[in-house]
Amino acid sequence: MEYNLIDIASVIRSKNSGPYELTFDIIFKDIDMYKRAKEARAINGKMFAALYEIDENDIISLVYFDPAKAVKITIVRPIPSGALGETDVYGAQQHAPLMKMKLTL
Amino acid sequence: MKEMRILSPTAILGYGFPMDSFKEGMKRKPHVIAVDAGSTDPGPYYLGAGKSFTDKNSVKRDLAIMIPAAIEAGIPVIIGTAGGSGGRPHVDLTLEIVREIAKEQTLTFKLAVIQSEFDKEFVKENLRKGYISPLFPAKEITEDDVEESVRIVAQMGEEPFIKALEGGADVILAGRSYDPSVFSALAIKEGFDKGLAIHLGKILECAAIAALPGSGSDCMFGYLREDGFVLEPLSPQRRCTTLSVAAHTLYEKTNPYILPGPGGAINLHESSFNQITDNMVEVKGSKFVPTEEYFVKLEGVRRVGYRTISCAAAKDPVMISQIDKIVESVKERVRNNFEHYGIKDFFLDFKIYGKNGVMAMFPNLEQQVAHELMIIIEAVAPTQDQADTICGFARSTMLHYGYEGRISTAGNLAFPFSPSDCKVGEVFEFNVYHLMKVDNPADLFPIDYIQFTKGC
Repeated sequence: MEYNLIDIASVIRSKNSGPYELTFDIIFKDIDMYKRAKEARAINGKMFAALYEIDENDIISLVYFDPAKAVKITIVRPIPSGALGETDVYGAQQHAPLMKMKLTL
Repeated sequence: MKEMRILSPTAILGYGFPMDSFKEGMKRKPHVIAVDAGSTDPGPYYLGAGKSFTDKNSVKRDLAIMIPAAIEAGIPVIIGTAGGSGGRPHVDLTLEIVREIAKEQTLTFKLAVIQSEFDKEFVKENLRKGYISPLFPAKEITEDDVEESVRIVAQMGEEPFIKALEGGADVILAGRSYDPSVFSALAIKEGFDKGLAIHLGKILECAAIAALPGSGSDCMFGYLREDGFVLEPLSPQRRCTTLSVAAHTLYEKTNPYILPGPGGAINLHESSFNQITDNMVEVKGSKFVPTEEYFVKLEGVRRVGYRTISCAAAKDPVMISQIDKIVESVKERVRNNFEHYGIKDFFLDFKIYGKNGVMAMFPNLEQQVAHELMIIIEAVAPTQDQADTICGFARSTMLHYGYEGRISTAGNLAFPFSPSDCKVGEVFEFNVYHLMKVDNPADLFPIDYIQFTKGC
């Protein structure tokens, strides 16, 4: 069955992790849905790279974190925070594409 | 059973806290009040310019409550990353505030001031010895990069704080600090488990952000025991839940299981989070794993130039449909106009809100275009004068640019302000984000003591 991520997640956010990395957190509403997503690796590097149109090698880590029912994806920041060309110094508004994501579980 | 109680009044010094929550915290007889005063989140400007991103009056308000309360209770106050970035000017700004409070309230206490800004020569010497390596994805640096930096600070661990506590400090004002250190120093000095102490510090450094509803301007209380720690929010409106605490462990980190810091990392693979009362959570099992050699993190910035911006909007559908082409033509006209005049070395950018303004760092993303656009024209050049020239010329060129199919021939832009252009001043960027190997972390950060007696 296909789900909108926005319907099954309680938190979808992005933020700097230091000036050179951008990190995305997806916290699921309930543990069963989280476990299903984890088991199916429904959120994975290939899919994330396609969503943001980035090289999969720029994904530093993608971790399923059971204590928070969460998936965390950390990538190389396309430019360091505050460098010329910056549009989001804190990296706090880079999550929007995830809100349109669909998962098949 | 041994217990150490730690009060974290606010997420960042100057963000404030309700007096009722603070009083609840003091009723629980804390052994230390600690606060983190900084972050790299606001970007490279503040470290470079020697300014704080927090407001002086807001910082003074918080300290004017914390310091006298701690002196009365006979416990230390520990402040890390003073002035937002922890450089020498940032520590000095905060020291000035502490002096004012001491005088106004005729306080008696011993202050320790710990500096974290390094001389460039010292950094170069370490670079030559091969002690400095980039923290991925930052790049290798050379001595020229160090020379170009306007300021380099290092994040201290708990060692200098322990030294200052042993030196009899009642209040510790420190430069750039690893956020958890201010909370964990006293506990580590007293022999508590380092993994638990630092993990607790990781959560306390954001105060009530780890509660539900979260807040960066409310208190959090930590109880550290031999086999775990407990978190309690101090406002009756908030609760800590296993989820709010575990979720906070994710916040601003690369990998939630391994949290690296000075001298090692905390490992959360065996951590458990248990709800012990309606609003309190207990955490167990977090471990500190030391690295073979001790590393501190360096942060440095270089000056890029000066910035001028102009805000302008567009509503014309013909113009909007051709916006990318217009931007390229305007850029080319600006470049061409000043090529022989001698202004060649500049950065000119158009941030187009309503198109890709927020996410331009992902250039390949599909874009939807709105019915009106906000355009921020940005020029960065070696002098403010040149930045003004480039921005102003780009603005006037765009205003009257004759794009294809244009029928609104009076002007292309709607300016919300007069004057339309705004000098933003110095521009910096991070150029050092590296690890440095150190032999003795306690001696790396010099400590000065100042005795205040009845305010003087």
